[in-house]
Amino acid sequence: MAFTFKKRSNLPGFGLALGYTVLYLSLIVLIPLAATFLKASALSWDQFWHIVASPRAVASYRLTFGASLIGALINLVFGVLVAWVLVRYSFPGKRLFDSLVDLPFALPTAVAGIALTTIYAPNGWLGRPLASVGIKSAYSPLGVAIALTFIGLPFVVRSVQPVLEDMDKELEEAAASLGASRWQTFSRVVLPTILPAALAGFAMAFARAIGEYGSVVFISGNMPMRTEITPLLIMTKLDQFDYAGATAIAVVMLVFSLILLLPINLLQKWSSSREEKTSALVPEEIH
Amino acid sequence: MATTLPLSTRGLLPAQRVATAATGESAVVRWVLIGVAVLFLALFIFLPLAIVFSQAFAKGIGPYWASLRQPDALSAIRLTLLAAGIAVPLNLVFGVAAAWAIGKFEFFGKSLLITLIDLPFSVSPVVSGLIYVLLFGLQGVLGPWLARHNLQIIFAVPGIVLATIFVTFPFVARELIPLLQAQGQEEEEAALALGASGWQTFFRVSLPNIKWGLLYGVILCNARAMGEFGAVSVVSGHIRGRTNTMPLHVEILYNEYQFSAAFAVASLLALLALATLLVKTLVEWRARRQLAESARWDGEEQIA
Repeated sequence: MAFTFKKRSNLPGFGLALGYTVLYLSLIVLIPLAATFLKASALSWDQFWHIVASPRAVASYRLTFGASLIGALINLVFGVLVAWVLVRYSFPGKRLFDSLVDLPFALPTAVAGIALTTIYAPNGWLGRPLASVGIKSAYSPLGVAIALTFIGLPFVVRSVQPVLEDMDKELEEAAASLGASRWQTFSRVVLPTILPAALAGFAMAFARAIGEYGSVVFISGNMPMRTEITPLLIMTKLDQFDYAGATAIAVVMLVFSLILLLPINLLQKWSSSREEKTSALVPEEIH
Repeated sequence: MATTLPLSTRGLLPAQRVATAATGESAVVRWVLIGVAVLFLALFIFLPLAIVFSQAFAKGIGPYWASLRQPDALSAIRLTLLAAGIAVPLNLVFGVAAAWAIGKFEFFGKSLLITLIDLPFSVSPVVSGLIYVLLFGLQGVLGPWLARHNLQIIFAVPGIVLATIFVTFPFVARELIPLLQAQGQEEEEAALALGASGWQTFFRVSLPNIKWGLLYGVILCNARAMGEFGAVSVVSGHIRGRTNTMPLHVEILYNEYQFSAAFAVASLLALLALATLLVKTLVEWRARRQLAESARWDGEEQIA
């Protein structure tokens, strides 16, 4: 088979559309990203390692990854629950709740940041009761986890919801008719079906949380070694005109987000192939 | 395995047993699950919204309006509108072009191109700003050349616009690609066969078919453009009245302990978010109705 760049098509405009796409993509995204790696390559390996493995940087990775993981795990559990409740049950205000699930996508992060900080500050609506039982929420790693839970909230809900909607009840009825309890049906039939979508949502929430800045800087307190997230460390280095330091740590973050793209893509593929399979199992029309 | 399951619904007729177990959970379980889900959403969604508006109006409506009419607040609003006014149309044109190439044609490297278009979503906002500082800043690759020609991009409006374009880059393309892909090519081919030009086909056939998705993409793009904080913060330089956008103005006010003024400006951004969600809900509702209608058409065709 001879190699062809493009399959034959009767529609016009391919050259113009693709040309403009590649040009604009290069100017806005690819060239600036390449310049960053170029700038980082000016550092020797020892210099680079000295910056990215410094105790302050390592402490920031630990907080960023730890709090992102906690936030994503909370969203995995509650996201599946919320999706289930929104798809399967009816209750007053359901449509309002459904629409507002996307709020963390739409609300500017700075607004989320000051709102959460005011709620969880020592004299805040929830900060005061928490403080009275000895739990420090704002200005502590817990505050970071709260903010990262907020910004990752829609991912699991929105990736599980369509799978649950498309799922045929016949599968569950078949399981039940074979004698499975409701919990067994859920854990052996429903859960395996939604698992790929739930994990894809989990991975997206995790990836989003790692880069997050606006909602965290207000609530975290920003103490080096204790409550300083990695994006803030980059910001601090920039404010001190330490461009080399900022670039080195930015490269670490870029590499991590590129690595994370792979499992996310695989999970999404797995999820859509699983969806096709389960719908193929139960033919649309059984007469 | 199935044969060893205990039958907890003994005593019911087999048909009833299947029905109760399969159609759902007991009322208690159902309401507990609904309660937990509602509590979770109340905690993370309603509480932040409530605090924004209650703090904004904490000192009454007079101070609220006064803090929105401050010159610095007004110039922040103007700059935010300007940045979004440039970034959104540019990303709209790009999104349509990318979706046309990707949605309507099969070519080598297509999935790589899709991944690259999505790339800005996986870059931290702070890093998104930093890459432009490293390119156009004084220490940057093009910095010395720009300085010789008296052009300032970083710590000025062009930098803010560029950072805004970057963080909102994929929105429109992402909404449109699956739509154009799903539509296939028959309608366009028919228009072309009847003598329409390429642009006529695009504007009269393809565009009307994707208008709701397009609107949704633009709305999302706009919300993010007006609300972006991290990336813009890196390139802005925080010059009051000159390079402050609304989110940056919120930060400055908050850090100066002017809480109700900060929340007043924040409440405008929260209203923008709510309006975005409202449009999203309406668009989804329209799309669902369109889908139901076309399904009905198909059904009638089959009967005929």
